[in-house]
Amino acid sequence: MTEVAPAYYLALAGLMFSIGVIGALVRRNAIVIFMFIELMLNAVNLMFVTFSRIRGSVDGQILVFFVLVVAAAEAVVGLAIILVIVRRRASANVDDVSLLRW
Amino acid sequence: MVIAQEEVVAGFDPVLAPLIIGLPLAGAVILLLFGKRIGRFSGLLACGTIGLAAAIGLLNFIALLGAPEESRTATQHVFDFVSVGGFQTGVDLLLDPLSLVMVMVVTGVGTLIHIYSIGYMHGDPRYPRFFAYLNLFASFMLLLVLADNLLLLYVGWEGVGLCSYLLIGFWFDRPSAAAAAKKAFLVNRIGDFAFLIGMFVLFGAVGSLTVGQINASAGALSAGVATTAALLLFAGATGKSAQIPLYVWLPDAMEGPTPVSALIHAATMVTAGVYMVARFSPVFEASGGAALTVVGVIGAATALWAALMACTEYDIKRVLAYSTISQLGYMFLALGVGAYSIAVFHLVTHAFFKSLMFLGAGAVMHALDGNTDMRHMGGLRRAMPVVGYTFLVGWLAISGVIPFAGFWSKDAILAAAWVEGNYVLWGVGVFTALLTAFYMSRLYLRVFEGPLRTPEGTHPHDAPRTMAAALVPLAVLSVVGGVINLPVLLTLEHFLEPVVGESHAPEGALAFILSGIALVVGVGGIMLARSMYMMSGAEARRARLVRPMRPLVNGARRKFYIDELYGRLIVLPGKSFASFCADVLDRRGIDGIVNGTATLIGRTSQGLRHIQTGYVRNYAATFLFGVVAVFSFLILRVVAG
Repeated sequence: MTEVAPAYYLALAGLMFSIGVIGALVRRNAIVIFMFIELMLNAVNLMFVTFSRIRGSVDGQILVFFVLVVAAAEAVVGLAIILVIVRRRASANVDDVSLLRW
Repeated sequence: MVIAQEEVVAGFDPVLAPLIIGLPLAGAVILLLFGKRIGRFSGLLACGTIGLAAAIGLLNFIALLGAPEESRTATQHVFDFVSVGGFQTGVDLLLDPLSLVMVMVVTGVGTLIHIYSIGYMHGDPRYPRFFAYLNLFASFMLLLVLADNLLLLYVGWEGVGLCSYLLIGFWFDRPSAAAAAKKAFLVNRIGDFAFLIGMFVLFGAVGSLTVGQINASAGALSAGVATTAALLLFAGATGKSAQIPLYVWLPDAMEGPTPVSALIHAATMVTAGVYMVARFSPVFEASGGAALTVVGVIGAATALWAALMACTEYDIKRVLAYSTISQLGYMFLALGVGAYSIAVFHLVTHAFFKSLMFLGAGAVMHALDGNTDMRHMGGLRRAMPVVGYTFLVGWLAISGVIPFAGFWSKDAILAAAWVEGNYVLWGVGVFTALLTAFYMSRLYLRVFEGPLRTPEGTHPHDAPRTMAAALVPLAVLSVVGGVINLPVLLTLEHFLEPVVGESHAPEGALAFILSGIALVVGVGGIMLARSMYMMSGAEARRARLVRPMRPLVNGARRKFYIDELYGRLIVLPGKSFASFCADVLDRRGIDGIVNGTATLIGRTSQGLRHIQTGYVRNYAATFLFGVVAVFSFLILRVVAG
């Protein structure tokens, strides 16, 4: 089994993160934006694991667990908010939720 | 050594001296706190405290008389007042002949006026409050005369000013009373300010504020410093004692209840300036004549000026007010020629007969529903005999008729002016004596003699017992008050000599000639008033006499436009400056800066809030932009090294 150079992992993680950023910015459906955010989080996780491997320490992997836990909690809260919005407006379009402005 | 000890034992030992001040003060505190509950017994309580203070004063006075002449001074340390670094000032009381004479006047006349007030203020809704103020005044006045240092004297000085303000404005629901109180306070402040500066000058030059040290080192002061200090102190006296140019508050102060006019604005507070100048006479002497000349000239000018206005006034209380200013002028005239003890002598006799006349005027007002216009009065002596006859005594006393008290003291002042060679001051004094006899006779004859006339709807009755209880003793004192300084015995002058030095009296035939002139002038004034107001054809004679002096009479009636002049020169510019500060500096300047800041921030946020679009995407993009910017900066820094 040939070793894959860490640079590839980092490139993949960077790509995933960029896709996540662009997706979160351009899409309007709250669920989809949410998925893009999860994508960014996972890109970061991948990066942590890669650096952990490069440096030969487990610190990065421990951090990944924290990120997973926080992401799960965040998903619960976020989905609950989205659910309430959908109930009130019969749509998951984030542009409809723009009351908090001047 | 043994002899020295014996002298200490035989010397004057003060008896309970702090209580002289403490008792009225305690009365005032109790009445201010529990006055409502004490109710109608407030008057008795106040009379009790001041009466006890008078008794203690008398004990000290007797103890002082029993002491040998050269050791008739004692200071008593009560407690430390200010103690900062090297500067030590205690609440020290100075008991010597001068201060005890003042204590006797303040507590004696004060007690009688307290008793009178029980009747006069009966039924007033704020009866306890009145006695609280009266007691407070007495304690401050006693502090003023007993103070052993200038700072303490200044406490009393300001305290009596405060009480004067409170009592002039006692009926503050009358706008005129409130305005008069304010005027009295502000005019007094001008004098007090000068007094304070004078105190600083003395402290700077002498390094101490105690009476003894200031007077002891006054001789060593340079004439310039002594003149500055003396004139500043005298400026304070012109405020408190209503002399030119600061006399304008006293006539208006008649808005207060009449016992207040008698106690504060005739007998005691207004004499504080006279007392103070006598107390610090070495400082005035040290200026080499300049300061004393100013004192004498101002005194004589005030005496004449106020007497002129008194001649045309119709309000009985205001006549007495101008008369007070005029008599205070006499006292300053005496001080100015160096006859300090004679000034104090006149202070004492004036306290007797002027408070007597004020209380008499109060009794007339009390009987006539507060009416004070003498044009509506006449023949009241028969309707109210006690008031009428006691007022008669006061009238003869101030007019300088022998043997009443006023004759001796006024004669002594004029004689002192002559002996000192101040013939101009003497002339002014004699002419003022003529005017004094004239305007007092005018007042007395119009109000108490002739056919009975009263304002419509009033039924005069004689003074109630409490009021008569004050009038009669004061009348007796006005008759016999002169004996304390009979020319042959020279008791009061001799008594005060250790404090203020001796004054020169004329000798031989000159004494009798000068007294004769004073007497003739006094009687002449009375006869003149009689011919103008009492005898048949008085109206025509009056008109004939007044016609050539029409401008003078009209001027005097309008108080020589001094109030208007001060209004133009001082009050109006002051008000303009104040409104400039309020409208331009404060409203446009300070408020402008504050409001401008608020407007600037408001406008800025008005613009900035458009960033807040409400679209999540915009926020996320901003967020991204920020992160990219921060990271680019960090990376660039690393790359650049």
